[in-house]
Amino acid sequence: MNCRSEVLEVSVEGRQVDEAMLALVHTILLHRSTGKFHYKKEGTYSIGTVGTQDIDCDFIDFSFVRVSSDELDRVIRKAVGEFKDAMGNGTDGMGQISLEFYQKKKSRWPFSDECIPWEVWSIKVNVVNLANEQERQICREKVGEKLGEKVINIVEVINRHEYLPKMPTQSEVDNVFDTSLKDVQPYLYKITFQITDTLGTSVSTTMRRLIKDTLAL
Amino acid sequence: MDSDLSPQDKKDLDKFIKFFALKTVQVIVQARLGEKICTRSSSSPTGSDWFNLAIKDIPEVTHEAKKALAGQLPGIGRSMCVEISLKTSEGDSMELETWCLEMNEKCDKDIKVSYTVYNRLSLLLKSLLAITRVTPAYKLSRKQGHDYVILYRIYFGEVQLTGLGEGNHARFQTVRVGVVGTPVGTITLSCAYRTNLAFMSTRQFERTAPIMGIIIDHFVERPFGNMGHMHPCNYRAPAEEEGGYTGVEDSQEVCTTSFSTSPPSQVRTPPNLVFNFYIRLLKKRNGEDAEASSRSTDGKSVSPRDVMETTFTRKVGAFVNKPGTQVTTASLDLPFAAFAPRAYDIEENDPMVQPPESPATSSPLQGSLHSQGSGESGVPAQDDFVMVDFKPAFSKDDLLPMDLGTFYREFQNPPQLASLTIDVSSQSMAEDLDSLPEKLAVYEKNIDEFDAFVDTLQ
Repeated sequence: MNCRSEVLEVSVEGRQVDEAMLALVHTILLHRSTGKFHYKKEGTYSIGTVGTQDIDCDFIDFSFVRVSSDELDRVIRKAVGEFKDAMGNGTDGMGQISLEFYQKKKSRWPFSDECIPWEVWSIKVNVVNLANEQERQICREKVGEKLGEKVINIVEVINRHEYLPKMPTQSEVDNVFDTSLKDVQPYLYKITFQITDTLGTSVSTTMRRLIKDTLAL
Repeated sequence: MDSDLSPQDKKDLDKFIKFFALKTVQVIVQARLGEKICTRSSSSPTGSDWFNLAIKDIPEVTHEAKKALAGQLPGIGRSMCVEISLKTSEGDSMELETWCLEMNEKCDKDIKVSYTVYNRLSLLLKSLLAITRVTPAYKLSRKQGHDYVILYRIYFGEVQLTGLGEGNHARFQTVRVGVVGTPVGTITLSCAYRTNLAFMSTRQFERTAPIMGIIIDHFVERPFGNMGHMHPCNYRAPAEEEGGYTGVEDSQEVCTTSFSTSPPSQVRTPPNLVFNFYIRLLKKRNGEDAEASSRSTDGKSVSPRDVMETTFTRKVGAFVNKPGTQVTTASLDLPFAAFAPRAYDIEENDPMVQPPESPATSSPLQGSLHSQGSGESGVPAQDDFVMVDFKPAFSKDDLLPMDLGTFYREFQNPPQLASLTIDVSSQSMAEDLDSLPEKLAVYEKNIDEFDAFVDTLQ
């Protein structure tokens, strides 16, 4: 099985990084989250209900829909915040957030579980600095339109209905889904990021943040 | 086609398609209500949340959808459409977008109905939630209010897209939300939205001329007479808002006044949209210059208004029969008076005051300095000039004290800046030079503070 890889690119102003990343990551997770599974006897299960919430951006003329889960939102905000900090404040730069959906494959001792990605979203961000308020106003609208296009791209990919992991049995559910949240159940995912310096040279320090693992501990 | 499907699967599929259609309508209409939607996730399944999504059911919307479907289901050649349009308080409307739920003949026989189709329909609804926030109508719907409202209409049958623009003015784009293959056909969900609305973004409301030409066809009589089936996307209190909305339609006088007197630059996004519609309407109905008819009230000269413009071009107003006798301006101490053209100066007594010492090429600041002496009511030294009372545009009563006039006069003649007085300037210059070394010494002492300040700016 090949891992599906999709790339999205946006150019934003420094203060728009958070919201732009949140908008795209949440849009993807909206499609890659289900309600909580409740397994019953005889291998059947029922699925909980996913609520949705409209979020207005403050620095971009854009609104997006995310899953109604404060827990999930906190995790994503933390990751995006770390990415933003790593990008630095007030400097031009390029970076990339990767949202990777994977399945765990249990291995026998002494081998650790294998993580097999089945879908990777790479969101490339180009941060620009603007000189005056007029440019910022234009940027607000332009970035809003761009994000709209990216949402359409995301929906296009999702609706190709390509590979999705099979619905797991009760014993296997943790290999496919992140069951740590109380209200929703996204597919297992991890968020990592890379920062490129302004010269576009290869990364001097690659920072990997395995948010999932950090939380699991 | 259907013979391969078990009766249970067929029954399930029909049910899924029916509820999918109803939920689609709910999502679309709720996305145009003008408010943020928020529903809660629930870990325990309630059994009534179709497609495992918390989508509220507005009873009126469900009722309209069921009425449109009339017991049928979306199928091949039978599409369910939700049309979203905008209606101004003037009563004019414009179609913004049409969402189409269609089915084509491409079947996927192997797909599992109760599992795969159901989950994919759920995914499609999520995509619909995302896409409804991306089309231009979303921003408009969030700003709807007393100037315009967003309406919806549900119909079943053939898709009608001509309302989005006809012929050469056809300006719409289509975005596909998604497809789900089923054993009886492929369900597709798409949206055709008017793109010339993209010109009507916030900043573009400031410009009037280029936009108006594009929307001229919006006021053509609609070929379909189903305007009566339009419903407002505003659910809070149906009885109350219906009454309120009718009230706004009746009070056209109020709308007229507010648009005619407020300068375009002060009007924010939604009223500007209506402002443009209004202007275009006047051009169509009256056949004369809309701006003149909306701004000049009773045929009085508009030259006082012109005085307030920076160009100071003295125009002859609309409806003026004898330009010669009706030109009235004030004895204004105009800083740019030297630049005001005298093209329409017919009378001998030109009432415009010329600052005595400012030649044509002098700086505006000089001009205003020298003109401070000739105050608001004083008789000018030269006999050629006749004092005429300043009548600001649109002032209601000539007899009462005119606040606008007083304001204008006062700010036309600001007190002279002390530092610019010629007498003292040379003295202060010498003083400044003397104190310079001391000041420099102080600044050097505090150099760290300044550096820290500069750092905070970066």
